[in-house]
Amino acid sequence: MSEHLFRPGHTACAGCGQALAARIVIDTAGPNTIVANSTGCLEVFSTKYPESAWMVPWIHSLFENSAAVASGIEAALIYLGKKDSTNVIAQGGDGGTADIGLQAISGMWERGHDILYVCYDNEAYMNTGVQRSGLTPFDTNTTTSPVGKQSAGNIRPKKPMPEIANAHGIAYVATSSAGFPQDIQRKVKKALSIKGPKYIQIHVPCPLGWRHESKLALQVAKMAVETGLYPMIEYENGSLAAVRKIQPKPVEEYLKIQGRFKHLLNDPGALKKIQEIADNNIQKYSLRAESAPTN
Amino acid sequence: MFGPLIVKPGTSKNNKTGSWRVELRPQFLQKDCIGCKMCLLVCPEGCIEGTEKNTYHCDYLYCKGCGGCAVICPKQDVVMVKEEAKD
Amino acid sequence: MKEFLEGSLAVAEIIKLCRPGVVSAYPITPQTHIVEELAKLVADAELDAQFVNVESEHSAASVVLGASATGVRSYTATSSQGLFYMAEVVFNIAGMRLPVIMTCANRAISAPINIWNDQQDSVSLRDSGWIQVYAEDIQETVDLHLLAYRLAEDKSIMLPVMVCMDGFILTHGIETVNMPQQDEVNKFLPSYKPLYKLDTENPLTMGPLADPDYYMEARYAIHQTHKDVLKLIPKITAEFAKVFGRQYQGLIEEYQVKGAERVIVAMGSVCGTVKEVVDELRAKGKKVGLLKIVTYRPLPCQEIYTALKGVPKVAVLDKALSLGSYAPLAAEVKAIFSGKKKTTEVISSFVAGLGGRDITKDSIKEIFRMLNTKEKACEFIDLKPELLKEQL
Repeated sequence: MSEHLFRPGHTACAGCGQALAARIVIDTAGPNTIVANSTGCLEVFSTKYPESAWMVPWIHSLFENSAAVASGIEAALIYLGKKDSTNVIAQGGDGGTADIGLQAISGMWERGHDILYVCYDNEAYMNTGVQRSGLTPFDTNTTTSPVGKQSAGNIRPKKPMPEIANAHGIAYVATSSAGFPQDIQRKVKKALSIKGPKYIQIHVPCPLGWRHESKLALQVAKMAVETGLYPMIEYENGSLAAVRKIQPKPVEEYLKIQGRFKHLLNDPGALKKIQEIADNNIQKYSLRAESAPTN
Repeated sequence: MFGPLIVKPGTSKNNKTGSWRVELRPQFLQKDCIGCKMCLLVCPEGCIEGTEKNTYHCDYLYCKGCGGCAVICPKQDVVMVKEEAKD
Repeated sequence: MKEFLEGSLAVAEIIKLCRPGVVSAYPITPQTHIVEELAKLVADAELDAQFVNVESEHSAASVVLGASATGVRSYTATSSQGLFYMAEVVFNIAGMRLPVIMTCANRAISAPINIWNDQQDSVSLRDSGWIQVYAEDIQETVDLHLLAYRLAEDKSIMLPVMVCMDGFILTHGIETVNMPQQDEVNKFLPSYKPLYKLDTENPLTMGPLADPDYYMEARYAIHQTHKDVLKLIPKITAEFAKVFGRQYQGLIEEYQVKGAERVIVAMGSVCGTVKEVVDELRAKGKKVGLLKIVTYRPLPCQEIYTALKGVPKVAVLDKALSLGSYAPLAAEVKAIFSGKKKTTEVISSFVAGLGGRDITKDSIKEIFRMLNTKEKACEFIDLKPELLKEQL
């Protein structure tokens, strides 16, 4: 605990997947790191004046500009001759990344800044009360895509952020999950060893928004990966370089442990649609393991 | 003149979130522990410490009682007990 | 050294001499020449800076925020729609006490879209906490940028400065300018030593959440610091005069105000036109004058009051308007006199030049003519009634 770069005493919900992932990211990055953070749960629960959980230089400006602020930090470090010895991380939630923050990130990637962007994907605007985002999956119950007499939840699929990142021609794009903490460590370490723009999207459960018990955060995250609904992949220089192979489980195993999907459990038609999404992922990324996965 | 503006690092330690626990707390049996470090890795608070096998424990001043450590331990060496129970 | 050059290029030159480490801007007419020239200076290795070509003004302001927070002197420029697009970042920069310098090439606001000069853009952001100064000519524009860095980076101030220059009139006008030399600039402007910064040797958290128990004091502190700015500007301009020989009071400029019966209060390039009319009318024995506001934020209330309290009739000329209410500068001048024992007889408000409509010497003479005992609540100069219809 005394060596963590993200300290206890923050006010995240018990069992918060984002707190877990954020700590692993910064611990892996190390003390020679400057972080630009978007507005969101992580920023709010970790830096309420006069307390901060961060042990590294850390700045929060606005909701949609962490990528641009990080670009400025990187430019300043280059000017000072310090960029080679300092990591720059820009991070935010799925809202601050895929929606309101997309423009600034796109600009940052297009300019080729040496910055790692981390998206903590809890699949809704959690900090403002679980409203849907561009990364909210199909048929999810959120407060702005609620289940009702004529609605089964969110009517749109997840925005393919990793593919959007890849289309910018950046050196390294990866998805990871709070269910696999060592995978996060590996991918952050790998990303920071590469010069240029990098993108890591980490699936992080939100017990409150997803409606599951705090202690099950890791199991839920693991199940998303194991059903094929959240592929763990790596793109390097534009090509799919590695995936985590799975023995696919039926999507019900994932949906039934979360309150935000319970309206689907008695609807075979809806379940079929979700299974199709998983099957498409499995095929597209060749996720199916020939034998049991080795780790 | 400057008002509230910047915060010193690590000052969150002043906020003892252990007070959030109402029902359960983790008990580290330190019996069958294999030192896999998973409990330390998955704690969202980062308040679990340990070095070799059977040394893992948490700082109850900060533990919110989420129970993730008990679920992840491959040897069930962490159990959730009632908050009033003594170690 | 005397140079004959376009306003934008003069600004780029003085910014080069101030040696920022990071420059980032998004092009918008009429600021474009400033940024293009800075890009050229960087490309020719005449300016050692990181030039970041951003995809929007919001990001331009964010880039200079990040750079300034990392302890590097930075610069940006914009106008009109660009200023409004970056508006939330503008408030953010002041709130975070970062000494960023921005040139605002004043331009009218959409809709309707219009690229010509008025002051609605910068005046609309007067609440942001930025120090705002307005230049009359290109020489003053150059000097204000240099003064701006010195002022902003003062450890007791640490507030950003917006240097406002009228779009096209000053950006694309050409004048003879006495351009400072690098060694003079180095003497006047020391290298930037931030109060705090993002530094792995000394980690800090910047931009925390301040709940109702903490927010108000952060804002109060900025408000109080503006009072310190009012005291510091004349000191800095006195030092400036020693190094460069040009005298500025810094907050206001009184032109023939002593003994005047009628005075126009104005900001920016229109003051040049007013001065010419004042000269003409004074030669005919008319007692008229100009009070030029150089520093608009903080508003130099005491200086304005002292200059005008003996003047019977005051006309405030605004190149902006608070639609549905009063013209901004006029409202503030009236507020200064409210409740005072010794006051003027009349403070009349005049709006002119919106969307770049020319303010000619005749327009100014019209204002002096209309400045009589009947106070005007809000009079529009050179308005064309034939363009107004009751229905579409």
